[in-house]
Amino acid sequence: MNTQAEPKSFEFDTEAEALVTAAIAHYPMGKQASAVMPLLDIAQRQMARHTGSAWVPRVAMDVIAKRLGMAPIRVYEVATFYLMYNTKPVGKYHLQVCTTTPCWLRGSDDVVAACKSQAGISEFGETSANGLFTMSEVECLGACVNAPILQINDDYFEDMDGVRTEVLLGDLKAGGALPPAGSTAGRSGSAPATGLTALLPTTEPAE
Amino acid sequence: MAKVTVDGIEVEVANGASVLQACEAAGKEIPRFCYHERLSIAGNCRMCLVEIEKMPKPVASCGQPVGDGMVIKTDTEMVRKARRGVMEFLLVNHPLDCPICDQGGECDLQDEAVGYGRGYSRYDENKRSVGQADWGPLVKTTMTRCIHCTRCIRFSTEVAGVPELGATARGESMQVGTYVEKALSSELSGNIIDLCPVGALTSKPYAYTARPWELKKTDSVDVFDAVGANIRVDARGAEVLRILPRVNDAVNEEWLGDKSRFAVDGLKRRRLDRPWIRENGKLRAASWEEAFAAIADRLKNVPGERIGAIAGDQCDAESMLALKDMMAALGSANIDCRQDGAALDATRREFYLFNTTIAGIEEADALLIIGSNPRREAPVLNARIRKRWLSGGLAVGLIGEEADLTYGFDYIGGGPESLQALGSFADKLRTAKKPMIILGQGALQRDDGAAVLAAAWALAAQYNMLNVDWHGFNVLHTAAARVGALDLGFVPGTGGKNVAAMLGGGVDVLWLLAADEFETSKIGAETFVIYQGHHGDAGAARADVILPGAAYTEKPGTYVNTEGRAQFGFMAVSPPGDAREDWRILRAISAYIGHALPYDDFAQLRAQLIQTNPIFGEIGEVRRLAGSNLEGPVGNAAAIGTAPFINAVHNYYQTDPISRASPTMAACVAAHYGTQAEAAE
Repeated sequence: MNTQAEPKSFEFDTEAEALVTAAIAHYPMGKQASAVMPLLDIAQRQMARHTGSAWVPRVAMDVIAKRLGMAPIRVYEVATFYLMYNTKPVGKYHLQVCTTTPCWLRGSDDVVAACKSQAGISEFGETSANGLFTMSEVECLGACVNAPILQINDDYFEDMDGVRTEVLLGDLKAGGALPPAGSTAGRSGSAPATGLTALLPTTEPAE
Repeated sequence: MAKVTVDGIEVEVANGASVLQACEAAGKEIPRFCYHERLSIAGNCRMCLVEIEKMPKPVASCGQPVGDGMVIKTDTEMVRKARRGVMEFLLVNHPLDCPICDQGGECDLQDEAVGYGRGYSRYDENKRSVGQADWGPLVKTTMTRCIHCTRCIRFSTEVAGVPELGATARGESMQVGTYVEKALSSELSGNIIDLCPVGALTSKPYAYTARPWELKKTDSVDVFDAVGANIRVDARGAEVLRILPRVNDAVNEEWLGDKSRFAVDGLKRRRLDRPWIRENGKLRAASWEEAFAAIADRLKNVPGERIGAIAGDQCDAESMLALKDMMAALGSANIDCRQDGAALDATRREFYLFNTTIAGIEEADALLIIGSNPRREAPVLNARIRKRWLSGGLAVGLIGEEADLTYGFDYIGGGPESLQALGSFADKLRTAKKPMIILGQGALQRDDGAAVLAAAWALAAQYNMLNVDWHGFNVLHTAAARVGALDLGFVPGTGGKNVAAMLGGGVDVLWLLAADEFETSKIGAETFVIYQGHHGDAGAARADVILPGAAYTEKPGTYVNTEGRAQFGFMAVSPPGDAREDWRILRAISAYIGHALPYDDFAQLRAQLIQTNPIFGEIGEVRRLAGSNLEGPVGNAAAIGTAPFINAVHNYYQTDPISRASPTMAACVAAHYGTQAEAAE
């Protein structure tokens, strides 16, 4: 449930402020508006730190607009254009399931079904009753060799299937921390799932 | 220059021109939705596709610069097929609700669909639908009809300078809107209705009122500010239904302020449609005969110097001349048009004109604004300043009330002392090649107005604004009638009384020609007030006899705008009820009291007007005066006071009897000023 209401005010905290200053300093004078994307990200991460929900409330966008000398609507445009910015509150774990063709062929439907059953939700965009999970449908995450992909917050969990998704979310529900990212099928990076077929260690010395 | 061939026609266009402009130069019509010559190029509707030789694919002509020797084809099978494809995609999500859409009959999409649409739709999925949005009391939105051309976004960002509109989300979910629901706060917001190529943005007050082919269209001139925007009055029967701008690059380009566009519903309310006479302290309806008799009776044995006349802010020059001539016949020199008490010096024309001219703003490189908020006093002119500012190299300084003018400025100070201490802005003025001053009415409506005028003129002389080829001294008027009145000499004659002297019992009989913008309570209790006008406002409330006149849409008339450009407005509808054109009333009463005016028809009156001042004959023209005579107005610049400047207009939406009678303008005040409305008044 999206229990978080739009906050009345927003201010960058000390940790964020350092990042904001650094981000703005990347751009020449008069081009500060270029920093709008980093600032939105910083604001979103600050919200995650403070409230457990990584999203950018409108007041934060207004603060960013003022800081960068832009019209607020220009910030709203950017924030709503990119899916990585959440303009509504999300759960502590933002489940971003890729359903583009390669992931779909490799079984993303099972991942979606597992997310739904574990989180107790029925649609994309919903947040679970305990506020832990929000499931979103995303386009290609660019990791098709390890399809299907489930991105939780910043981390890619690769080679997912229904069962492993249920286990992963079950752990999180029980209060566990996020496991290390990467393949859940036990392979290293994008190495072949059935073991190496090339670049095998040789016993014969090279000629 | 680049030579290109369009459909076999060779044309020469400037380097950097677009293919679309080349096609237009060759007389070929290119369909377009997103392209607009006064906005930046977006290139997102794809309707303007043409074929260019040696280019493999159809090209969007609006964004493609011409190259020398280009061979462009606008009417090939490839072009037609491509445009038909674009049209089919546009119609995928556009609802087919033309019968209930207000844009019907003047819709670009509808027109182009006749040429490029197919007779049936191949699309049988669900159409995208978008929720309703409230953009305030003027613009009605039906965003389901939006084709994402972004003209409204570009207009509000670029021309209006109030960036409130944007495109949020993307792809099929993209929506044009404000994101946070709010009323558009630009004074030019109505223009996005004209810009919208479909029925997504339509006029809220005009909703479901008429179809364009039912309307009689009359060319006229706007009277709600002193810019003199060219307008088209659309009427059906005796009712003015809407006002649209006409293109005039020298004045309003093709924009129109919201008050000028939407205050028309005030023309139907609080109208004076029959004469009234005050009897025993109460007004009663009367006939023209009774009203004339009452006036003639009262005028008997009153010496000329005890009669006075004040002309209002929206009067046509013809009726003011008739009143002036009648006052002269009665032996009175007590006439004045400066009902706000502004210390305008009528001795030389350049003392009260916007000498740089509105189009001339685009040549300026430094601008000092004194006691004015052009955004509220003349929004279309303000858009011109913003246009100049956007193109770079214009330094703006402001003395007076600080406000959001939609462009950047150096704030110098709030009061007259800043005229002497310009600070760092002095350097900017000194180094400028074409500096200009805009002096607002707020700076002149003061006791020391004459001193401010003299001081501003001195500044203009000091900073090299007065040259043979550049006149940088500008008075920005707020009343459409003012310059015309000054040009025909509607100011006190020798020994005559001005407005202040006529009030408080200075005259026995006071003739108000649609004059409502002064404190009528200051009129002496014994003064007999004749109000000739079109609305029951402050003047009529105090009147002893009311003569029902005509509003600007109901009479032909000449208006001179703030730059001194005489423009003629035609009569769109007849005055209501017993009301008559104002010059006819004056002609009739003058005959009744035995001083018949020497003109029997409008043509003779116009001839008399042109004889009074040839300016009135130069319709549509402006004389750009040379600033060669440095001698200033009569005021003593040293007598300047210390009170800060107060702008003449705070409540943009209600400045005159018509806009005060308009429910639409009242709704705007509620939406934009809220509870501050009273404070602003």
